[in-house]
Amino acid sequence: MSLRIVVCVKYVPDATGDRHFAEDLTTDRDAVDGLLSELDEYAVEQALQIADAADDAEITVLTVGPEDAKDALRKALSMGADKGVHVEDDDLHGTDVVGTSLVLAKAVEHVGYDLVLCGMASTDGTMGVLPAILAERLGVPQVTLLSEVAVADGTVTGRRDGDAASEQLQAQLPAVVSVTDQSGEARYPSFKGIMAAKKKPVESLDLSDLGIDADEVGLGGAWTKVEDAAKRPERTAGTIVKDEGEGGKQLAEFLVSQKFI
Amino acid sequence: MSIDHRLPAEYEELRRTVEQFAHDVVAPKIGDFYERHEFPYEIVREMGRMGLFGLPFPESYGGMGGDYFALCLALEELARVDSSVAITLEAGVSLGAMPIFRFGTEEQKREWLPRLCAGELLGAFGLTEPECGSDAGGTRTTARLDEATNEWVINGTKCFITNSGTDITGLVTVTAVTGRKEDGRPEISAIIVPSGTPGFTVAAPYSKVGWNASDTRELSFADVRVPAANLVGERGRGYAQFLRILDEGRIAIAALGTGLAQGCVDESVEYAKTRQAFGKPIGANQAIQFKLADMEMRAHTSRLAWRDAAARLISGEPFKKEAALAKLYSSESAVTNAREATQIHGGYGFMNEYPVARFWRDSKILEIGEGTSEVQRMLIARELGVTA
Repeated sequence: MSLRIVVCVKYVPDATGDRHFAEDLTTDRDAVDGLLSELDEYAVEQALQIADAADDAEITVLTVGPEDAKDALRKALSMGADKGVHVEDDDLHGTDVVGTSLVLAKAVEHVGYDLVLCGMASTDGTMGVLPAILAERLGVPQVTLLSEVAVADGTVTGRRDGDAASEQLQAQLPAVVSVTDQSGEARYPSFKGIMAAKKKPVESLDLSDLGIDADEVGLGGAWTKVEDAAKRPERTAGTIVKDEGEGGKQLAEFLVSQKFI
Repeated sequence: MSIDHRLPAEYEELRRTVEQFAHDVVAPKIGDFYERHEFPYEIVREMGRMGLFGLPFPESYGGMGGDYFALCLALEELARVDSSVAITLEAGVSLGAMPIFRFGTEEQKREWLPRLCAGELLGAFGLTEPECGSDAGGTRTTARLDEATNEWVINGTKCFITNSGTDITGLVTVTAVTGRKEDGRPEISAIIVPSGTPGFTVAAPYSKVGWNASDTRELSFADVRVPAANLVGERGRGYAQFLRILDEGRIAIAALGTGLAQGCVDESVEYAKTRQAFGKPIGANQAIQFKLADMEMRAHTSRLAWRDAAARLISGEPFKKEAALAKLYSSESAVTNAREATQIHGGYGFMNEYPVARFWRDSKILEIGEGTSEVQRMLIARELGVTA
């Protein structure tokens, strides 16, 4: 029986661009080009490696996002994933992590899965809690923040590197796994992969397909709300400390004034 | 009706992928390889893994199912960052694998192309000799068919051969005189010589002005014996074959020159915005602005020229003149842009650690290799119907 892997990926504003909030204090997606979150590329890469090692596996990439989010799916498909699922609905605008996890959980169940793979966090919201919430919603084990992962005989094993210790973890499938940016560099799509991605199926779903009420998601359904946002102040020229015998003291005073020491 | 100036989506995606690769993988490391005059095996391996060496070849031979246009896009993006890796790819594909793909037997293709496409092996093309460059018909290397053993016996010397002496070089296709035609002119054929064949010696790498992280060697052949079946294409067709290879190669070099010219713009714009002199960024001065505008004009026009020639090539139209125009214009643009970029960077531009210094050293060869500027002008004039 084929190993069914679902990789949850996010379409995010390019972190190297000049990112802004829109008027309603949600992400302004028109301001900067979007792309597949770099941290999710690691999850796609691990999915591809797990699939290569398995006799038979199918990788579905899943995203929740606006029309352009298809680009993130295309990138993952060009890297080698087999099919895509795109959940798009106008009522999703402003959905927070709680709502997103609901949509993902329903979509993952719709696709069918043995293993759900996620990146360690998104590069825009950077909350990093979605894999845990998703596992909870699905009622399956969560093995998060792995820097090494493998699947064999219905079991996922992996290593989580902490500051003080490295843990070896294991869980029965089905399970939710998140991988870190230490899990191995993602491959670059080949031209063959790019061409093949055009022909791979992408299923489009909306909230009604997944049996989700509009008031469970969107800005209205969000548990968190951005109240206010201010642009980070422009960088100033800095302070030059001239050492005329008192340099060390002045340096220390400066660091104290900035609450560094 | 609209005329679309954009690349088809999959080509644009390839371009962006290679741009990212060049930025993330090539740019941080290549300066050190260049300084040490060392072939960047780890970068070339990654290029192989992402399928760059297989770009224009069908999937049935391990290729990517793309075309020459796709190859040129990749070359331009690599050369924006570094020309050594770009020429390694250009020579590996356009000179190493292409003659086998275009003119080789089915057995030769099956034997060599999958590994060449994967970048596991590099191929080289041995045409130039110490006393024959532009005048390729003046080949001195000979190959005699020993009928008793059914082997070619090759003798001669080749020089300036890219990719010919790396640890992963698998073969060199050499042109050699295999007899005389009825009109007395030499009959030239192309023959595959696998690396390590007895009598085939690869000299130490040249000390070059630029392209220092690429492999360029002199080769000598002393009674080198290879099977008769190593003939590439028809006996006596070697001259026509390499003319075709060189015509195509000009477009590749044009793309490479465009990349270098664009890399000069990229670096110089950044520098002009940040470098302060007399209390303002140097880019506030019209003298710098005009240089940048002219540099951008050259890079942009070079790009249009190679894309036009490559589009003609892949649609099966004549492209000889367009290829020569593109090669001539982009290589001269590369040299000019590199000189201007160095000037904009001032003293720093003369320091090897700055990419523009590398661009400057790498640019000159573009006006020489794969047909000198003089040869290109001659070809263009001939296409215009003006001959001596």
